[in-house]
Amino acid sequence: MPDVQALVNDFVLKLKRRKIEGSHASAQHTAELLRSVISHQRMPYTNQAGALIDAVKAVGEQLIAANPVELAVGNIVRRVLHIIREEDLSSTATAIEGLGLSAGSDDDDEGQHEDRPALSAAALAAAARSTLRAPSLQTLLEDIPDSAAAPQPPSSGGDSEGKSKSADKNIRSRKLKHDVIEAINELIQDIDTCHEQISEQAVEHIHQNEVILTLGRSRTVKEFLCAAKEKNRSFRVFVAEGAPRYQGHVLAKELVSKGIQTTVITDSAVFAMISRVNMVIVGAHAIMANGGVIAPVGINMVALAAQRHAVPFVVVAGSHKLCPLYPHNPEVLLNDLKCPSDLLDFGEFSDCMDFGSHGGSPLLHVVNPAFDYVPPKLVSLFITDTGGHNPSYMYRLIADYYSADDLVVKRRSTS
Amino acid sequence: MAQKKGHRSLSSDDPEELARVPLQAVLLADSFATKFRPITLERPKVLLPLVNAPMIDYTLAWLESVGVEEAFVFCCAHSQQVKDYLNKSQWMKQPGTFTVQPIESHDSISAGDALRVIYNLGVICGDFVLVSGDTISNMSLKEALQEHKERRKKDPLAVMTMVIKHSKPSSLTHQTRLGNDEILMAIDPDTKELLYYEDKTDQSQRFITLDKMLLASTPTLHLHNDKQDCYIDICSPEVLSLFTDNFDYQHLRRHFVKGLLVDDLMGYKIFTHEIHSSYAARIDNFRSYDTISKDIIQRWTYPMVPDVQYFGNCSQMKLDRLGIYKAPEVDQSRTAQIRAFSLIGNGTAIGDHSVISNSVIGQSCTIGRNVSIQGSYIWDNVIIEDDCKLSHALVCDGVHLRAGVVLEPGVILSFKVEVGQKIVIPAYSKVSLLPQPSKQDSDEELEYADANSGVVESPSITSIANTRNVDPVPDSPDAEHSDTSEVGISGVGYIWSTTEGGHEEEWRHSIAPIPAEKLMEFCLSAHTDLGVSNQDVNSLPASGELQLDSESTGFDDGEDYKDSADFEKEVEATFQRVLAGVNPENVILEINSLRLSYDMSHADCAGSLFYSIMKSALSAPFSSNRELLLNTGKELSRWKDLLKNCLKTIDEEIEVLLKFEEMCLETTKEFAPLFSAILNHLYEKDILSEDAILSWAEEKEGADESDKVFVKQSEPFLKWLREASEDEDD
Repeated sequence: MPDVQALVNDFVLKLKRRKIEGSHASAQHTAELLRSVISHQRMPYTNQAGALIDAVKAVGEQLIAANPVELAVGNIVRRVLHIIREEDLSSTATAIEGLGLSAGSDDDDEGQHEDRPALSAAALAAAARSTLRAPSLQTLLEDIPDSAAAPQPPSSGGDSEGKSKSADKNIRSRKLKHDVIEAINELIQDIDTCHEQISEQAVEHIHQNEVILTLGRSRTVKEFLCAAKEKNRSFRVFVAEGAPRYQGHVLAKELVSKGIQTTVITDSAVFAMISRVNMVIVGAHAIMANGGVIAPVGINMVALAAQRHAVPFVVVAGSHKLCPLYPHNPEVLLNDLKCPSDLLDFGEFSDCMDFGSHGGSPLLHVVNPAFDYVPPKLVSLFITDTGGHNPSYMYRLIADYYSADDLVVKRRSTS
Repeated sequence: MAQKKGHRSLSSDDPEELARVPLQAVLLADSFATKFRPITLERPKVLLPLVNAPMIDYTLAWLESVGVEEAFVFCCAHSQQVKDYLNKSQWMKQPGTFTVQPIESHDSISAGDALRVIYNLGVICGDFVLVSGDTISNMSLKEALQEHKERRKKDPLAVMTMVIKHSKPSSLTHQTRLGNDEILMAIDPDTKELLYYEDKTDQSQRFITLDKMLLASTPTLHLHNDKQDCYIDICSPEVLSLFTDNFDYQHLRRHFVKGLLVDDLMGYKIFTHEIHSSYAARIDNFRSYDTISKDIIQRWTYPMVPDVQYFGNCSQMKLDRLGIYKAPEVDQSRTAQIRAFSLIGNGTAIGDHSVISNSVIGQSCTIGRNVSIQGSYIWDNVIIEDDCKLSHALVCDGVHLRAGVVLEPGVILSFKVEVGQKIVIPAYSKVSLLPQPSKQDSDEELEYADANSGVVESPSITSIANTRNVDPVPDSPDAEHSDTSEVGISGVGYIWSTTEGGHEEEWRHSIAPIPAEKLMEFCLSAHTDLGVSNQDVNSLPASGELQLDSESTGFDDGEDYKDSADFEKEVEATFQRVLAGVNPENVILEINSLRLSYDMSHADCAGSLFYSIMKSALSAPFSSNRELLLNTGKELSRWKDLLKNCLKTIDEEIEVLLKFEEMCLETTKEFAPLFSAILNHLYEKDILSEDAILSWAEEKEGADESDKVFVKQSEPFLKWLREASEDEDD
């Protein structure tokens, strides 16, 4: 356990000091960290899923607080929580079948719930806990074996039966942990391969002799374009340079090395060029639950230009960028103001910032936000590793990946 | 100590360690200055909060981020406080490769002493980074380190790399934004070698003196007055031994850097590394405290900004629009306004209708109603009652301002000072619970003398009053506080009188902006200056290139003239000593050495010597020309050998003739009628050769009539000479 704590602290520090940046890298690191947290977690006798969830939440809370702007971290924490719940659900289902209990009939379940208050105080607490959460089918199912296993030995007195149950439980607990780790491995695999999966769909979207516009540099976009090229599509790309970091220059270089006809334009020339463009393809920092996009600064302007000229605005993003939160005041709360020295040279402007001789208040302000918020109505299509989706469909996708209980990652004070 | 020794032996024994020397840093947690008094009497400078985090955290965080593995924190003043802080802080227990080790010394009074102590400990085994604990930076050292290492490989004498940054000084006050005087540096643009460094330029006269050799040895050099010294140095281990060898080196810049630059015997070189996009600055005085705080709030130091929790220990800040940073638990009245570029710490309460702008407020402060705080720095646990007005003030921990207090610009209130109702603290005052130390004490370059000495040596105040004042909660304060009338009834604290420099210096280094009248004054004087000495200003371009030729010839002539006059006098004096009985052999030596030191030719030497001889001949009493001629002849034959010594070639002989001619015309007209006679004499005594005399005559052929006086006078002699030579030819 202590070595896991050290790992967690190390990662938290790295996030705090912005040594790990970018959603892909942080998603991957988070998933790997959570995997080792789970594998080191000692499993209690009862309610293993609850213990795992608590452990992951404890770590997740620290990670999210370390860099709240890096939404991918929170996404992965929630994904892992969801995985634990899912695995628990399925293993419970099999366990119930194995025990020969008639899980099929709902009436039976209800009956057990009615019985429970009379059983013991521990069961009462468990029940209270379960009612605090939303009454999903999953939580209902989750509670059955716990309450059934804990109070049964004293009440029934059948020793042999209890023993066999606990032995069975041991196997099951190991199995739960194993299954969860397996699932997380799959998740890591998914994060690793999301670029390939997205770019597989490239030929469906990029047609012969089209003109594509993009802004800045996104690895997903790059792979997407390259994949289309590899399938012998011939098309042209306009790259807006993406001030102030000018990542567009890097992208242009990479595209040219793959043999794609590339034109570099300034960000301010986007409106002038958009009428010649057939499709805009950009990357994203995060996709919010309402279908809005947090993307590198400048993309909102491109989206508006695209809408004005009725050019499809396509966002490519791996599913780890899918965030179950709704954006509230995204320009401020989900933004990161970077160093002004990206914009201008400190030395040249140092006399504008001489507080001694300018009445003490700075007359020159330099603001360098990292992100833009693009409202859902400006987005035509999302391409994720599971295929193309409409902005309005995002909430549904999110319901597949996350469980509603985990939207707020906070440890329950009761446990 | 033992632990450190153990560490050293480990690093020297282990072969792996030898191969890869860990990057080390020396952090001086003491500025060895008194600029932050009176605050530093109670707390070391490095622990003072800068935008709610101790300065040393910024420095340590930076060192950690650039890959330093071992940081030695040198504590001197208040060393216990620094050590306690480090022990509690995250830096000690942090996992990873970054280790922090405090080094304690009580008798060091300068950076030089500190480095000597570190040298004696023997903990530094390779190149190290030397910073002081008040440096704020986000630069990456990789490039500078690389450059330094490569230079070291080629030239082991390149012992230091200084980090500099482009930053324009104010054209009016000749002060940088950080409140220092502007620095003049001469840098070789190709090698980046530092050739000249001056941080104390005289503002009244707008010119500097450069060594002529500097211009001779380098083809081009750039003179900069718009570079800011970041006080981040990459040093080789030799630097430490240099400090030990030169025990009079105290100040890093004033003594060490200048010392190395002047000393061409050892040939050590200092190079510069200029950073462009990243930030680095050092807090040296209250003005730089203000400037750097604002830079942090404006995010130039990213990622070391309040809302990125770089140091872990601060609570999570939220950054709102317009650069307003707010901690999560701020109790702000609905009618209170927080304006742009302010920061409010955790647990602070702000009352109705209060206005805060451009200020930093610490944790757990209580601010009453109708308070106006502008451009001020308020640390933790401060209580400000209703209707106070603060502008550009610094208020330390635990201060209590009662209702209606007004702090004028530049006021410093040290720890736990209390100010009574409706008191106006005049501009630039410093108020402390501790009385001002006596003058002798403040002359020392010490941030802090000793916990006791500062208090005990207070001349005017009785010790009873003292203990009462230090008491944080006086029960009946108004009873015997006659001495605190300045801070009002129920106030506690002493107003320090301003130092010798007086107000003149106060406004330069204060937190408050320079008052408008002062700027006007500067404006006016700058205009008049321009009118008179336009050339002077032009000769010092902001970053221009001084070409070697134009510069050196400019003053060569003048100096030459001066030098030759001096030389003549020296030679004469030497000659006088011969008359007094010194061995002529020695005189020859002496004249030769004079010639070398004044950089004169043999010809000059001969001329001067001849002049001296003739003068001595003149000094003897004479009644007629004939007598004079006799005297001269005697003198000449007496000093013939001496003179011959200087007359190595025909050129020198001609020079002697020219000199003689000049003398006859100007200084010693007595010889004029005797010119040809003496010439004859010189020839006969074999002092001047026939060739020399003839070529002199030839030289004079084309000259003006007035110049030919003596040629004409000696025409018969010349004619005879010519005939004689022709005869010989035949």
